[in-house]
Amino acid sequence: MSAVVHHPGLWFATAFIAPVILCSTAGEVLTAAAMKSIGDLDEIRARAGMKGAIRAVVTCPLFFAGVGFLALAFFALLLALNYLPLSLVAPASASLTLVTNAIAGKIFLKENVDRRRWAAAVLVCVGVYLLAH
Amino acid sequence: MVKHSLTPRQYMILALVAICAPLGDTCLSRGMTRLPAISPSHPGELILAVFTPWIASGIGLLIAFFASYLTALSWADLTFVLPATAFGNVIVAFLARFWLKEPISVERWIGIALITLGVGFVAQGPSLTERPAPEPEAEEVEVR
Repeated sequence: MSAVVHHPGLWFATAFIAPVILCSTAGEVLTAAAMKSIGDLDEIRARAGMKGAIRAVVTCPLFFAGVGFLALAFFALLLALNYLPLSLVAPASASLTLVTNAIAGKIFLKENVDRRRWAAAVLVCVGVYLLAH
Repeated sequence: MVKHSLTPRQYMILALVAICAPLGDTCLSRGMTRLPAISPSHPGELILAVFTPWIASGIGLLIAFFASYLTALSWADLTFVLPATAFGNVIVAFLARFWLKEPISVERWIGIALITLGVGFVAQGPSLTERPAPEPEAEEVEVR
């Protein structure tokens, strides 16, 4: 018998969707930090070839930390889909991740998230929700 | 102030990020729905599924997505790459409407308009946060 709750309460839905968003944001931020620490991959490939570029990525511990969190986000998504309908989980996690990434990018990556980027994050967040719902 | 504008090659990589992910997912979905139901007691059937044309194409597209996504993150901010590549959702919606003849509700048209507006906003700005260059103070002190 399916365990999916078709009309979940706010707290019930949050309990399953929040881990997806948190792990996904941690994964994206760590991966972005890893790629910034490695440097421009196009330049590395021009200098050391494709093998050199792959070596630069797979020898970076931050990259594996990022991929580890993205894998956790995937399993958290599978768990959420076991209890919540896809029509709620997919748009909610896809859209909210954009906003949490903007916040995390500003705090942890010290990116210049100006008014233009906030506006873009919010517009795309609402747009993705409407499109995926 | 240096404005970090993108080269045509970098725009092409962003386009690859935007297109490969949704197309890869679509190929996987199409491939899996065409297969007979796979029983959890026969996990070997899942491995065989990897070699069917739709699923193999989907995996290839997702590998291309990840490679181009990592490349984009090596020269652009995360808060630039994510909204800019969300335009892929719009491309898939248009493919569904004009290729697969699927209807698009008013809600979805509004979603398409908002994503396009958001991508327009972010694309006008710089792609990378400027960092002050490290000052060679320590070296100077040593020389003295």
